[in-house]
Amino acid sequence: MPATVKVLERKPLSFAERTYLPQIAAGLKTTIKHLFAPKVTMEYPEQRPEILPGYRGVPTLVMDPHGREKCVSCQLCEFVCPPKAIRITPGEVPADQPERSHVEKAPREFEIDMLRCIYCGLCQEVCPEEAIFLQNVYSTSGYTRASMVNNKQRLYELGGTLPDQHFKWDRKKAAETAGNARH
Amino acid sequence: MSDLLFFAFTALTAGGALGVVLNKNAVHAAFCLLLSLLGTAGLFVLLNAYLLAALLILVYAGAVVALFVFVVMLIGMQGGTGKPTGRLATVGAFLAFIALLAGAFVTLTREPLPPPVLANMPPVGAELKLYAYQLFTTYLLPVEVSGFLLLVAMIGVIVLAKKDKPEAKA
Amino acid sequence: MADFYFSLPPLLRGFLQGLAVVLVIFPIAGASSLAERKVSAWIQGRPGPNRAIVPWFAAIPFLGRFLQRLGLFHLAADGGKLLLKEEPLPGHVHKFYYTIAPWLGLIPAFTTITVVPFGAYWDSAMQTMHPLVLANVDIGILAVFAIGSLGVYSVILAGWSSNSKYPFIGSIRASTQLSSYEISMTLAVLPVFMWINSPGSDGSLSLARVVEFQSGTHFLGGLWFVFLMPLSALIFLIALFAETNRLPFDMPESEADLVGGFHTEYGAFKWSLFFVAEYAHMIVGSAVFVVLFLGGWNPLPWVPVASLVHWFHLENLPFVVGLVSIAIFLAKVIFMIFFFMWVRWTLPRFRYDQVMRIGWRRLLPLAIANLIFYIIAIALLT
Repeated sequence: MPATVKVLERKPLSFAERTYLPQIAAGLKTTIKHLFAPKVTMEYPEQRPEILPGYRGVPTLVMDPHGREKCVSCQLCEFVCPPKAIRITPGEVPADQPERSHVEKAPREFEIDMLRCIYCGLCQEVCPEEAIFLQNVYSTSGYTRASMVNNKQRLYELGGTLPDQHFKWDRKKAAETAGNARH
Repeated sequence: MSDLLFFAFTALTAGGALGVVLNKNAVHAAFCLLLSLLGTAGLFVLLNAYLLAALLILVYAGAVVALFVFVVMLIGMQGGTGKPTGRLATVGAFLAFIALLAGAFVTLTREPLPPPVLANMPPVGAELKLYAYQLFTTYLLPVEVSGFLLLVAMIGVIVLAKKDKPEAKA
Repeated sequence: MADFYFSLPPLLRGFLQGLAVVLVIFPIAGASSLAERKVSAWIQGRPGPNRAIVPWFAAIPFLGRFLQRLGLFHLAADGGKLLLKEEPLPGHVHKFYYTIAPWLGLIPAFTTITVVPFGAYWDSAMQTMHPLVLANVDIGILAVFAIGSLGVYSVILAGWSSNSKYPFIGSIRASTQLSSYEISMTLAVLPVFMWINSPGSDGSLSLARVVEFQSGTHFLGGLWFVFLMPLSALIFLIALFAETNRLPFDMPESEADLVGGFHTEYGAFKWSLFFVAEYAHMIVGSAVFVVLFLGGWNPLPWVPVASLVHWFHLENLPFVVGLVSIAIFLAKVIFMIFFFMWVRWTLPRFRYDQVMRIGWRRLLPLAIANLIFYIIAIALLT
């Protein structure tokens, strides 16, 4: 079956179209409709956008539901961070927390420079302990460069506690005390 | 009040005219011409010839001088030395100056003209209807001739501005 | 009080009248700049400027909030900012012309207002109409065109004295555009004046007379000229858009290709003067259009102010009648200004060659044909 070619002829403009006036009238009608249409602007400081799950906001450190520090100061995030915004000073787990003593390491200081951070989320991706999350804070500001560096305390304030299905520490603790019988 | 305005407008007209002649910068000269025209229009207003004043501003100040300024700016004439005047032009200018002096001398020394009788003078420039009537009856020939002159000038400009395309004819 | 006023010397009276008119025009010009921002915002689906508020006003429960949302205080804030900020004077400009250019734009814009009538009152016998106008001269429309045409110097000078590329291109565009459309504009209003100057009558180009001819109650007398001469009105309106440098004809400052056009090198108060001048031009242009084609201060076609006076028995209150006519006139002018803004967000800007083609090859022949048509029509009618 041969392909049928349909040639569409471009019609010459009618006189009314060539005067351009009906088109202008139609355009004026459209714009006047928009004049009275409800406004779509979100008036920011009073109205805040709804943050959907999976949003990559400011990186934060989180604790597990028992209020324990998850970060083990492995420094993988520091290595992976493309703009080198993260700086970790490793330290030991405080002696007065025996239930965490098997973890051995904890960050003594954890700094994220928000002037450098590019919100890529690689730190969250790479973290073996699910301790660092990019959460829904989207607006940071400060008057000095130093104030734009989030230290450990600030990171935990921003992060808070996240629900955790794994209870990694508890399992590890149980495994340690029970011997490696189950795994 | 009226006298004061008269002197102000006269000063504007004469000063502007002097500025046109004496200024080396063509843009300054064009604006002096504009001032001179505005002064003249003011004098017309003082004579109650509003129509002439409006036409003067509309045609000369609004359009002609605007084009002058436009052209002067476009070709970037910022004054300068210019070519030295030739001998013939110098002689011509000298003769014209002599003639001007002689005219001024005659004007100053002759019997003063009888003052015009206002009743005999039709207020041609004052009233719209009278002006139009005069233009289309008494002064029809000059109007037509000057109109024809403008037409000739317009055609001349078109001919000069048109690009030659000898290859198009072949 | 009226007697006291008329006992003043005429010069002082004229000064007071002029002051009163300028005191009305200046706020309208300022408010237009705010209205421009608000209308732009509304058409684009935004609320527009709505933050600035004076604390005392914020305390008023409902009205304060309304005024804040309307953005009324942005007007004062903008004006204050433009007055107080530093006046830059670039080193490469021609200082004298650079400084006077904004003022040269303002003066013709405000001078043309003197000959535009904006209202009327009648003596108690309802016999003679007294138009409210600063100078009811015989040459009304010619004076508007003549003085209005001087506004082009402001743009030319601003562009040239800025001594930089884009302003210069903008000013060249402005001067050609303004001179081109002036011709069509003048030709478009001629039929109106031929209509009101029937053969044998005293010739007059007065604008008040044009309104008088639209104040009848019978069919032809009450018909506004926009219905009687739609083509003239259209040509005049298009030329008016071009003359006031409004979109779609804002070639002189087309920000997409010329940065800011002729006022690129200007800042602060001088810059704002250009805009006051532009809005003043718009107001005068709108007023002239209302007078010529939209029936002036008559509320509706076939319903002149005189009929209103009869219905509400205002014969002995010329003051009230005058105010009513001014209010009607201002309402129409404000609608026209809104129309300018409305068109601005509807039509895209023309290209420069299109502007020239529309002006010379479409509008001008159309205006001449229109003129010839009305010459024949009026000759046949009378």
